[in-house]
Amino acid sequence: MVVYAVLILNKAGGLIYQRDFNPGLQKISANDYLIIAGTFHGVHAITSQISPTNDTGSSGLEVLESEHFVMRCFQTLTGIKFLIFAEPRQPNLDVVVRRVYELYADYVMKNPFYQIEMPIRSEGFDRHLAAYIKPQA
Amino acid sequence: MASTTRARLGEEVWKSRTDKINAELVTLTYGSVVAQLCKDLDGDYAEVNKQLDKMGYNIGLRLIEDFLAKSNMQQKCANFRDTADVISKVGFKMFLNIIPTIANWSSDNKQFSLLLDENPLADFVELPDDGKAQGELWYSNMLCGVIRGALEMVQMQVDVHFVSDILRGHDTTEMRITLIRYIDDEMPQDDE
Repeated sequence: MVVYAVLILNKAGGLIYQRDFNPGLQKISANDYLIIAGTFHGVHAITSQISPTNDTGSSGLEVLESEHFVMRCFQTLTGIKFLIFAEPRQPNLDVVVRRVYELYADYVMKNPFYQIEMPIRSEGFDRHLAAYIKPQA
Repeated sequence: MASTTRARLGEEVWKSRTDKINAELVTLTYGSVVAQLCKDLDGDYAEVNKQLDKMGYNIGLRLIEDFLAKSNMQQKCANFRDTADVISKVGFKMFLNIIPTIANWSSDNKQFSLLLDENPLADFVELPDDGKAQGELWYSNMLCGVIRGALEMVQMQVDVHFVSDILRGHDTTEMRITLIRYIDDEMPQDDE
């Protein structure tokens, strides 16, 4: 499994976590990451409201594929978005993203000193995420 | 999701995806928190209730993520009756291993009661005999805060309070939950 990067967006579309795991994506500045997060948040909001299908309550943009990567977005019922960038044709990304959510629930939300909606600086989360995404390293 | 499916889901999460710890540790920890509050606040039980609710609220804000991650729920509840069902059969089951009875729906479907036949927080507890606690202290008030906090994170503003408690000599332990409104936090009104 080759996962390039994991991003976490809070309810308001602010970037609260970003980490690269494997080379494959272009290095961009922290500011550009914030712009990507904000833009994606907007696009997601639009796609969940205007949708070509006629089922009400669209989940919004979930998968984005290109020749060089696939991006999977998972929005929780609380409004947090997890974005995973991975190698194209990577199967089971939904399983990966759910596992990342579990790690987030454990190591971020259960830390009593973590302030909700704020950027995540947690060693425990970093460590467990790395161990899951990149076991050999 | 049907009601029986939820019961099964709650059972499964409790059995296979929940770390368990000694029940006495929980009971004693909770007990000492309440007792210490009563001491610190000099027997001002209204204030104790309030503080317990606040603590619970902060727990709820965090616990909801654990709940959603472990229970793998991805579908929003269709209505408040569904929500009640999930709270009882999945929520209480997975964190406290009890399934409170849902009762006393109001006619507009916005109010219901949870009857706690069993309350793990209150094992061994007898309220102090100071003539006040029996009438003022809601010993398990933290639970109210937890529900309030958790539901707020999934866009529901609710009011939760105890209306009776076996500890006070009532026949049942009953929590009353009222839906105030669904929070629509999509976009501010004047956002063009």
